[in-house]
Amino acid sequence: MLQACLKGIFLGWVLVAALAHAQLTIEITQGVDDPTVIAVPPIDLRGGGLDTDLGSIVAADLERSGLFAPVARGNMLSFPSNLGEIHYRDWRILGTEYLVVGEASRIGEGRIKVDFALVAVPGERTVLNQSVQGRASDLRGIAHYISDKVYEAITGIRGVFSTRLAYITVTPAPGGEMTYRLMVSDADGARERMLLKSNEPLLSPTWSPDGRELAYVSFETGRPAIFRQRLADASREQVTAFRGLNGAPAWSPDGRRLALVLSKDGNPEIYTLDLVTGEFTRVTRHFAIDTEPNWTPDGRSLVFTSDRGGSPQIYRIDLGSRDIERITFRGNYNARPRLAPDGRTLVMVHRDNGQFHIASLDLKTEDFRILSRTSLDESPTVAPNGAMVLYATKRNGKGVLAAVSIDAGVKFFLPTREGDVREPAWSPFL
Amino acid sequence: MSMQALKTGFFVSLLSLLLAACAGTTTEDQAAGPADTGAVAGDEVATGTVADSDIAGGDLGAGGVATVFYFEFDKAVLKPEARAALDVHARRLKNNPRQVRIEGHADERGTREYNIALAERRANAVKEYLVLQGVDSSLMEVISYGEERPAALGSDEEAYALNRRVELKEAR
Repeated sequence: MLQACLKGIFLGWVLVAALAHAQLTIEITQGVDDPTVIAVPPIDLRGGGLDTDLGSIVAADLERSGLFAPVARGNMLSFPSNLGEIHYRDWRILGTEYLVVGEASRIGEGRIKVDFALVAVPGERTVLNQSVQGRASDLRGIAHYISDKVYEAITGIRGVFSTRLAYITVTPAPGGEMTYRLMVSDADGARERMLLKSNEPLLSPTWSPDGRELAYVSFETGRPAIFRQRLADASREQVTAFRGLNGAPAWSPDGRRLALVLSKDGNPEIYTLDLVTGEFTRVTRHFAIDTEPNWTPDGRSLVFTSDRGGSPQIYRIDLGSRDIERITFRGNYNARPRLAPDGRTLVMVHRDNGQFHIASLDLKTEDFRILSRTSLDESPTVAPNGAMVLYATKRNGKGVLAAVSIDAGVKFFLPTREGDVREPAWSPFL
Repeated sequence: MSMQALKTGFFVSLLSLLLAACAGTTTEDQAAGPADTGAVAGDEVATGTVADSDIAGGDLGAGGVATVFYFEFDKAVLKPEARAALDVHARRLKNNPRQVRIEGHADERGTREYNIALAERRANAVKEYLVLQGVDSSLMEVISYGEERPAALGSDEEAYALNRRVELKEAR
């Protein structure tokens, strides 16, 4: 038993390398009816030599958006790597609408340059023709950059392939305990890294607006406390240590404040903490539960969950005037609000016939729609371009991450992991 | 069905035994604070360290008195059997004052932070009952875990009923 305990006491970085190259299969369960046909032949050094084919990463990125149907490699009649090598008839015959070509070259100590182009096949028009440089150890980062440029050129929406996800995994440990890990990965689930491991619960990870830090709740002290931690060097700092709840941290858009929940006054209330001065300001005053704050993009208001009306519903409070307004009225359970970057679309957890789903509410038109139809759906997080919502759900009794487009047209599951995966948090643009 | 309950019961007792054992053997030399790890090559994410916690079990359940109290869905009202057991705990705590933890738990339905708030309500109901019976409130600390530490795994009514609970534990 002692050995189990000692093993349980944390020794962090051992697993990091082992987890770095998980096999990834993204399962798309629903795409748009008429996806754009795009072809991405191999992108490599002339004559080959890269250990990662950038073209296949770009194709997988685009496919995962649900808006594109990549041409299978086996069907391609040629593998052009620059504009001069394109034979348009090879692509017309396959019904290809867009073609991405690219070629990598070494440009010095550990660095790679990729020249790439995007062409529209029907008009034989060059849409993009540019280059990107990066570390040879960061081929996936280079590929995601190309994906972002291609996606934006075709859809007009900024791509999020270069962003990251944070989430919590939970695995059984020897002796019936559980091991909680705070993980960070690329937006496609690849390059998973462990930021923290604990025998006590970890929850509610949230990104700083500069993408360099996470705040989260850890029970490692035997009670809940909010911590902040830098990604680059893992340095961490305990932010709160009050009696009772210390939960639901949310970074303000300017990065200066954290909204959070404390129950030191007897019941859960929302506070803001000025991270520069260390000053706490109480925001709500009500005997009901007030929790799960999220900032409006202008930083002037918070949306939050409260059961002050008898059931959990979403409210908005103006931080200046302290005026409070109820936002949700449909059903008797709406919680954990997250605003899209435009401040107009609110996503939440909504109970419908005893089932928990992710729903969206357009704050202008009041158009309400249920986005997910899996069960026990929770923890929605909106991509920084506002196009996708990632959330946690249960599948075959296991916690997994799933994604749905904000118009509910595209749905997919992220690669499964060992144990339960929960509480995704989508990073800002990096 | 009863097999599942039996297994869960066993699991819970094993868990508390292990927790007690851990608390007895763990030292405080891993203080929470900056970790001394280097950056992970390739993508600027390093791993931090946490200190082990000081949660303990204890002999509050001596004589077969319940230390776990169950609740109805979405409710924080004590059941009669919980009151009877808490009367015994109140007498013991008054005769032999010591620090206790009152840990609140919820089932997995609903959002995590909201469930932590709900489970705190349940733990507070236990604390308030003990205060009414004359226990010094400064002896008691309420800690809510919400749905983060289920006693039973699974997404069915049986597991949910076992997970909506408050556990009374001795603090060390």
